[in-house]
Amino acid sequence: MTLQGWFLILGFVALLLALTKPVGIWLFTLYEGRRTPLHVVLGPVERGFYKLAGIDPTVEQGWRRYALHMLLFNATLMAFTYAVLRLQGVLPGNPQGLAGLSPNLAFNTAISFTTNTNWQSYGGESTMSNLSQMLGLTIHNFLSAATGIALAFALFRGFARRESKAIGNFWADVTRVTLYVLLPISIVYALFLIASGVPQTMAGVVEVQTLEGAKQSLLLGPVASQEAIKMLGTNGGGFFNANSAHPFENPTALTNLMQMLSIFLIGFGLTWTFGKAVGNPRQGWAILSAMVILFLAGVTITYAQEAAGSPVLHHLGVTGGNMEGKEVRFGIAASALFSVVTTAASCGAVNSMHDSFTALGGLVPLFNMQLGEVVIGGVGAGIYGFLLFAILAVFVAGLMVGRTPEYVGKKIEAREVKLAVLAIAVLPLMILGLTALSSVLAQGLAGPLNRGPHGFSEILYAFTSAVGNNGSAFAGLTANTPYYNGLLGVAMWVGRFFIIVPMLAIAGGLAAKKYTPESAGSFPTTGGLWIGLLVGIVLILGGLTFLPSLALGPIADHLAMISGKLS
Amino acid sequence: MGKDFSSALRPAIVMTILFTVLLGLVYPLAMTGIGQAIFPSQANGSLVRDARGTVVGSTVVGQAFTADRYFQTRPSAAGKGYDGLASSGSNLGPAARALVDRLKPDIARRRAEGVSGPIPADLVTASGSGLDPDLSPAAALAQTSRIARVRGVPDERVRKLVVDATDASILGEPHVNVLALNRALDALPGTGPSGARLR
Amino acid sequence: MAQTTQSRSRTRSLFTADLVVPAIKASFLKLDPRELVRNPVMFVTAAVAALMTVLLVIGQDDLSVGFKLQLVVWLWLTVLFGTFAEALAERRGKAQAASLRATKAELTAKRLNGDGRQFDNVPASQLKVGDIVLVETNDLIPSDGDVVSGVASVNEAAITGESAPVIREAGGDRSAVTAGTRVISDEIRVKVTVEPGKGFLDRMIALVEGAERQKTPNEIALTLLLVGLTIIFLIAVGTIPGFASYAGGSIPVAILAALLITLIPTTIAALLSAIGIAGMDRLVRFNVLAKSGRAVEAAGDIDVLLLDKTGTITIGDRQASEFRAVSGTSPRELADAALMASLADETPEGRSIVLLARERFHVATAGLPADAEIIPFTAQTRISGVKVGGSLIQKGAVDSILRANAGSGETAAATELRRITDEIARAGGTPLAVALDGRLLGAIFLKDVVKAGIRERFGELRAMGIRTVMITGDNPLTAAAIAAEAGVDDFLAQATPEDKLELIRKEQTGGRLVAMCGDGTNDAPALAQADVGVAMNTGTQAAREAGNMVDLDSDPTKLIEVVGLGKQLLMTRGALTTFSVANDVAKYFAIIPAMFVVLYPGLGVLNVMRLGSPESAILSAIIFNAVIIPCLVPLALRGVAYKPMAAGPLLARNLAVYGLGGLVAPFIGIKIIDLVVGGLGLA
Repeated sequence: MTLQGWFLILGFVALLLALTKPVGIWLFTLYEGRRTPLHVVLGPVERGFYKLAGIDPTVEQGWRRYALHMLLFNATLMAFTYAVLRLQGVLPGNPQGLAGLSPNLAFNTAISFTTNTNWQSYGGESTMSNLSQMLGLTIHNFLSAATGIALAFALFRGFARRESKAIGNFWADVTRVTLYVLLPISIVYALFLIASGVPQTMAGVVEVQTLEGAKQSLLLGPVASQEAIKMLGTNGGGFFNANSAHPFENPTALTNLMQMLSIFLIGFGLTWTFGKAVGNPRQGWAILSAMVILFLAGVTITYAQEAAGSPVLHHLGVTGGNMEGKEVRFGIAASALFSVVTTAASCGAVNSMHDSFTALGGLVPLFNMQLGEVVIGGVGAGIYGFLLFAILAVFVAGLMVGRTPEYVGKKIEAREVKLAVLAIAVLPLMILGLTALSSVLAQGLAGPLNRGPHGFSEILYAFTSAVGNNGSAFAGLTANTPYYNGLLGVAMWVGRFFIIVPMLAIAGGLAAKKYTPESAGSFPTTGGLWIGLLVGIVLILGGLTFLPSLALGPIADHLAMISGKLS
Repeated sequence: MGKDFSSALRPAIVMTILFTVLLGLVYPLAMTGIGQAIFPSQANGSLVRDARGTVVGSTVVGQAFTADRYFQTRPSAAGKGYDGLASSGSNLGPAARALVDRLKPDIARRRAEGVSGPIPADLVTASGSGLDPDLSPAAALAQTSRIARVRGVPDERVRKLVVDATDASILGEPHVNVLALNRALDALPGTGPSGARLR
Repeated sequence: MAQTTQSRSRTRSLFTADLVVPAIKASFLKLDPRELVRNPVMFVTAAVAALMTVLLVIGQDDLSVGFKLQLVVWLWLTVLFGTFAEALAERRGKAQAASLRATKAELTAKRLNGDGRQFDNVPASQLKVGDIVLVETNDLIPSDGDVVSGVASVNEAAITGESAPVIREAGGDRSAVTAGTRVISDEIRVKVTVEPGKGFLDRMIALVEGAERQKTPNEIALTLLLVGLTIIFLIAVGTIPGFASYAGGSIPVAILAALLITLIPTTIAALLSAIGIAGMDRLVRFNVLAKSGRAVEAAGDIDVLLLDKTGTITIGDRQASEFRAVSGTSPRELADAALMASLADETPEGRSIVLLARERFHVATAGLPADAEIIPFTAQTRISGVKVGGSLIQKGAVDSILRANAGSGETAAATELRRITDEIARAGGTPLAVALDGRLLGAIFLKDVVKAGIRERFGELRAMGIRTVMITGDNPLTAAAIAAEAGVDDFLAQATPEDKLELIRKEQTGGRLVAMCGDGTNDAPALAQADVGVAMNTGTQAAREAGNMVDLDSDPTKLIEVVGLGKQLLMTRGALTTFSVANDVAKYFAIIPAMFVVLYPGLGVLNVMRLGSPESAILSAIIFNAVIIPCLVPLALRGVAYKPMAAGPLLARNLAVYGLGGLVAPFIGIKIIDLVVGGLGLA
């Protein structure tokens, strides 16, 4: 570890903390449905959309209606993308002349992008035409992110409202978030990326004659426009197979920093929005503090492990940290930081290959996802996931102050507990269940590239990433098979919507409740004690659930690595 | 619920179409237009051309250098090496036998070139993309004596090229762009002819 | 508060033979699956124990039979410890109920016929609502009801434990009688108001025995959480064989079973119903009868306490503290007159006037002359007094005195008297005017005496986030002065029952939970509206029906303690849940390395406790998991130590004790058990 490395990490966090409130205020304006300066330009577009679609944005929806419209919209988008991918061969915008995708890959990819996972069973440059990248994939990068933020708004309203039947209008939330947050930032961001060396063209392959006289084909395309929203919307689906490690996606150390910042930007801001929505920004800061503590702990472990490197390599005479799978322009610190950022959020973009991380360095990204990606988390999804943990934390410990547990003025009762447990139980059921299945079946065992416990980690990581809607991979796993495409597709769908629906039900129930004013007897949810409690509950619940799998994967792997035992 | 469902269908379909047009066509095409107008070089891949106008590479993307007279790039898992259509890392785990098997001959080769002491990690490890355009200064400096010997120039001149080309951004780690370095090498007066002409 | 509750609950030892032996018997009866299934976590435990018992006979693996046998025994013990905890709690309730049941056994009634003179002797169980029964001296009252005629003194010791008799009479607020209490003088006619078997005594017996126990809202929520955790751990353990298969090995079912049972929250699940029963029981020992567990829980959530001034904040009786004479009358003259008017007044107020006059002015009058004519207080005149030696001394409310003496209102003395009475009111006192033959002499300052220590008590409540509102019939001036002296947060002066109801509704609209106590029939709507309504046992039947708690001692101050008991119940649940979940960390560190060391020997490093052998580690974890239940039974039954304080420090303290303690304790416990197991050569 170097001083410069820590400067980067702490500077990164400091920058985000400085941006939290401004971003939070902007999001709060949209949460409230108020005008922004951008309405001058985009207001007509918004109104035009509503008019054509027959939507009255002022009509609020109860949670069931909100959920129905959300699900139907996502299903339509998914069907559309499936069609585009299957028909790629006959559609224009295909300079490489690539064929349509197989049904199972198209199924997997359509779900993947709809659910904000952006798991890629394929290599982008050899599979996707420019049109597919734009029409089939980029739209999801916007809309899955907007859906996540809309859902977070709905849950905020559940906490904030009193004896109300409605939790907002889904269409208004999605449209506003897309038009006034995601699109404008993406435009500026994409321009920055182009200036930094990210291609933006409709052309295809450029032939290069290298200095040594060999031929090299370089693929160009509309990369920057996709890259911007890929990071901002915590999507993570790269234009190229190597994702943000690819120099065309992430050419410099500065673009790398911007990519990391943009992954967390909205997630940080939403914590403030939540606090403001429930009438006390300190509630938001408390949640953010717990997240940042968990985040920094993860960074510390991964950075230390990667900087220390592999004893196996040291034994061969190689010095320094673990550079296998890392880019020189980023180095150890920026790669370790990126890996923790991308898995803490449900982004899944990678600037280095997690599969080649040291065992414990790779455990952190894995564990981040197993916690449900609630450390900052995906845009919207992170905070609503974290609030589910907060509900459980309040319930377990809240009784200890001798009152029916309350959180931000809402009593946490049987219904909330039941739904929160239901949502949280989806994680182990899908992750552990499908991993166990694949550890037994031949189709599953055919996947891993590495042998021994590391191969197990590859399977575990894949299902964890899919259920958590992350999309990063221990990429050695050969996942483009009907077996993995199918199961991972199901895992992504369940991991997204089987959490969302109970969460919306909680939002609806909370909105209908009375407000319980805070008093000296209320369970304190702002101070250090609460922050510690949140961290403890997240770690204990996550740790207890996943320790056996981690012991047989990364931990066994680590013990083998330090003892020099190859597999 | 049936009525709810059908009433939700129209917005779902219409909004899908509208957003697809806005986000899938208007946005990327507009960005392409603006990008091509303001930053034409970068938007088209930051390509590098030689005196005759032939594209010899991209400043941002790495290419394979295996000849002794050049600074050699890192091992690559992209296709058969630096394949621009198959970016990839090796994905080998830290204790994978396959990794050790790959490292051993590379390390032996460096030793044979006269690299003594610890070997810089990036020199023998594969990058994440397989298209890493850079080397760490240490990995470049470990190659100067071989290059100086092959090209018949003093080692210091080659070392100076490395030092001059080192980019020490505080955001990442110090690195040198290998293509730029090798072009500078070819431009050195009094060294051997460039690879293309030799062949 | 803490001392009171604890000293009361200590009055009975937890583990006496007469409690424990039947509880052990009952704990086996509770293994009935139909009963076990009400507690899903213990049901899973029992199912696993049964499965292991079967596998012990037919299963095949590499484990020694001795090891598996011990495992099976401890699994069953885990279940039995849980049923024992519940049985013990119920036993304690039953012991309490036994004496009540004895009372109830043979009640007979003298049911009056239509003419109201003749009666038949019938068993109490045949009485119907609306029947009129005659109860004579030394009869037991056969049913709950209202006195319709007559006055009697009744010994209610059977339900209150208080042997001093109370007066029950027709009409008014003292008309309610309770089945099982004994008339010790006179006779009354009682109208039956409840169906047989649904009376007060029946309810009380059922409640203390836990027979009618229904899960409270928080208990239901907690059970759901425990079920959720159980499901999650079922998944976590159930997938291990798949993972092990990847590593090329297999894990014996016995070890998976041990891991599962140590992980699922058996500790809190085993103690959950015992905590609930014990919570009700503590209330009963405190002579407060809650009609449902929900009411006890609501008591913990109370935000606003409505407290009657008289008897709760001030000692019941006002004391004369000063004589304020108008100009032209000496204080001594006023004192003389006041003394004469009060000699026949046997109310505490009257006595305090006599006392003050004697102390302050050494008035020596011993008693009234024989020819004195006493004018008693009536509700119409609102004046009392005495005619002695041809002169009339009157004493009463200022307005009444002025009204009674026509023309006196316009005198200068009247103006001055009004000023004096205003001053008295502002100082929190009640003025009592005195007139001699129609001449206004002045006023007696009757002072409300705020109870000692009540101010501190309200301070504690404030720190806990509970607002206190004083309810009084006094005028606002007096009320404000007393409120300030007592340190309540707010007051409601000249309160009518409608005002009370209004106030409760207002607070509830703001999301606050309200507790109050009351006794009169006109309190009934407010008692019903309040989240916690404590009816005084001396009160009317209507009040007792409307409230969700009844205080057998009829002590309104106990409302504060009731809140404390509610909080203690919730805290005990929370503390043991936290403890139970925190325990899992150490159990993991015992079992995971023991389980996986055959797959990857390197994982032995996770054996941070350095336990003797894999078998010993597993056995130690399962033993700890079982024995922790009986170890925590006393805590579950007594409740966690409770001190009134703000939520922040309270949480910090409980988290330190039960959270951190729950993390650390099993590391130590399992290590010690491991040493014992190793030493005895059990594994």
